[in-house]
Amino acid sequence: MPVSPASPADVATGLRATGYLPGESTALVSYLAARLGKPILVEGPAGVGKTELAKALATYLERPLVRLQCYEGLDEAKALYEWNYRKQLLRIQAEQTDAGWDKVQDDIFGEEFLLARPLLQAIAAEEPVVLLIDEIDKTDQEFEAMLLELLSDFQVSIPELGTVASTTHPVVLLTSNNSRELTEALKRRCLYLWLDYPALEHELEIVRLHTPALPDLVAAKLVELVALIRALDVKKPPSIAESIDWARTLLLLGAQDIDHELFRQTISVIVKHRTDLDIVLERVGAKLVVGQPAG
Amino acid sequence: MGPAPGRPDPRRAALYGSQAAGTGPPGMTARILEFGEELRGEGVAVGTSELLDAFAVLGLVSWTEKSRFREALAATLAKSPEARRTFELVFDRFFFRAAELAAVNEGIREHGASGPDGSDGQADDPAGAGDQDGEGELDSELIRQMVAEALRDGDEARMRDLARLAIAAFGRAGDGSGVVGVDVQRIRRALGLKAEPHSDLPPDDPRAEGLPREAIRTFEAMLRRELEREQIERTRALPAARPLNELDRALPSGPLQDLAAVHRVVVQLKRRLKTQGQESRGRKRRSAVDVRRTMRASLETGGVPVQLKYKPNRPRRPEIYVLCDVSTSVTSASVFFLSVLHALHDSFRRMRSFVFIERISEVTDVFATERDFRKVSAAIARDAGVADISGYTDYGRVWNEFAALVEDDLHPRATVIVLGDARTNGRDPKAAVFGQIAANAGRTFWLNPEPRLYWNYGDSVIASYEQYCEAHECWTTDQLEEFVKALTQPIR
Repeated sequence: MPVSPASPADVATGLRATGYLPGESTALVSYLAARLGKPILVEGPAGVGKTELAKALATYLERPLVRLQCYEGLDEAKALYEWNYRKQLLRIQAEQTDAGWDKVQDDIFGEEFLLARPLLQAIAAEEPVVLLIDEIDKTDQEFEAMLLELLSDFQVSIPELGTVASTTHPVVLLTSNNSRELTEALKRRCLYLWLDYPALEHELEIVRLHTPALPDLVAAKLVELVALIRALDVKKPPSIAESIDWARTLLLLGAQDIDHELFRQTISVIVKHRTDLDIVLERVGAKLVVGQPAG
Repeated sequence: MGPAPGRPDPRRAALYGSQAAGTGPPGMTARILEFGEELRGEGVAVGTSELLDAFAVLGLVSWTEKSRFREALAATLAKSPEARRTFELVFDRFFFRAAELAAVNEGIREHGASGPDGSDGQADDPAGAGDQDGEGELDSELIRQMVAEALRDGDEARMRDLARLAIAAFGRAGDGSGVVGVDVQRIRRALGLKAEPHSDLPPDDPRAEGLPREAIRTFEAMLRRELEREQIERTRALPAARPLNELDRALPSGPLQDLAAVHRVVVQLKRRLKTQGQESRGRKRRSAVDVRRTMRASLETGGVPVQLKYKPNRPRRPEIYVLCDVSTSVTSASVFFLSVLHALHDSFRRMRSFVFIERISEVTDVFATERDFRKVSAAIARDAGVADISGYTDYGRVWNEFAALVEDDLHPRATVIVLGDARTNGRDPKAAVFGQIAANAGRTFWLNPEPRLYWNYGDSVIASYEQYCEAHECWTTDQLEEFVKALTQPIR
């Protein structure tokens, strides 16, 4: 039976139990969304855990996750529904000899010939789901317009079939990297959540949660270094997932401290651009030497 | 929902408490409506549906928990990072006024009677200003120490108490300037709060290591608030609310602007402009059929071309000549603009940039070798120095030189962009030469980093150039973004 949270604190504990450490506003907005049945628009830089939030919410609310990855040129045939024309053709050919036109026509626009794509799936699902519409900013404005009906009324109109309304209320998350301004109409229908890189302590907690065996000193230093790198003007700042990867790497290597040498060897886990590498080694790596008389 | 607030003057209508107690619905409803109105006044798009959401949310979140109340309102009312920043400022201002207005109405004063603090979580500090009251001799060195420690530890509650203590110690004594911002800076200096390390202090002093910038900023905000509170108490009236200033959104105008912030804007602009125009590039809108792809697709349907494939629309790749005034009044805006254009250099077929003051010099190569905004800035300052003799812009001479330089290159597909304030310092504008250049080029734009209000005042002669080109005002990043968008718009 799907969970229904009673307070923001409930949501925070629940998400924590799934391995996702929410900030205060994240927990609050998730709670509001679950209670009010409004979609959440999550924006923020790449790698702050926008998609993870949806997955964690699905686990916590004990609902299946339906995911729609957006990309340029995505249209309703791939997002909403499509008529299975091959099957329709076969049906027509199988009936060719007998059966009147009317009967066939009625038949081939039945639910049997409908291919449900993620959005229709989420609406028509028997049990409530979490619907994740990922990177909505990658699609074009027409697609956004198509979403409006779905987001406000939780229904889909299919001309040949009628309106499919949801029986259960899905929790909807839309994520965006803010690479283009979304339309006001879409924003109007959503609660807004801005996720940024977490504060030092928060990220430390996240790293600890995922690599409990990592020595405290290393974890603290790692988090500080990552924050330093993010403050630099790099092409791709390290994401939270990458700091966790780095923590795992260090754990695997049995590191007791991060010195200049180790930093240089493992930095490729979090910095993935040649030019960035140079900048980071020059600016951040140099600081480590000062801290380490031996290195 | 209550009646819409009176409309004769939207700014006044937006003020806290503008809905008289008797007319609107009581309590929170009126306040939220006013708050929404105030946000609109600052340019945040708050619609009725947003307000309805805010009310729905308030049913679930108690208004007594300040941070949750704020987050919940923000989630429904502020729907972009910029709007969120405005929201924070307006929220503070609005509810600060709320507490103060209540105090003025009730005639509560801080000295003697208990303050109106409960409403915004401000605790009276019995050890702080309450019993010292600026009369007793305060140990200023001790206060410095305490403030520095609180800042280092990021202890907000203590910082708030100490802010009042610090005002009592350093802020009064009759030398208050009456301008809150000036007083804040004076107190900060008196406290010796700096982000840079102090080597001459003993190592156990919290200031020796330098204090966190963030904490200093927070502390300044607290000082500001306390000073405003005192001012309100003295005058027994609320100061006129003023709209937030445009500064955050304005283009850099001074050489000391935060370069990192500028660079962030460039990066953001670049990303946005890269993705814009795709909607008209994709798979639709009046374009020629791509026969090869159509035939290939038709194989799926037994050779019958069921699905037509179209050739994609190519974005316009203009050839650009940029002329930027780099005299002191507009130099930052110019360098900034050049950086943006060069960051986007692959959107243009060809691009040549020139800077000028009295004479003109080409800086295309500077941008070809340097990506870093800071270095470009320095290089241009150096190069432009060569062309600078008197330091006064001479537009007439610049047109002549430019015409000589690019005479053969200009053609109807070229775009000429001039960025400058068109202030000739009384010299001959030679608009006819400019007109000749504009006639040779396909399109000519003039970007003026001054607000339109100042155009044609003093020695500004923009009108005489405007007859030959499209003139845009361009003093915020939004205006700049709009302009670059128009420039790279695909051909329809």
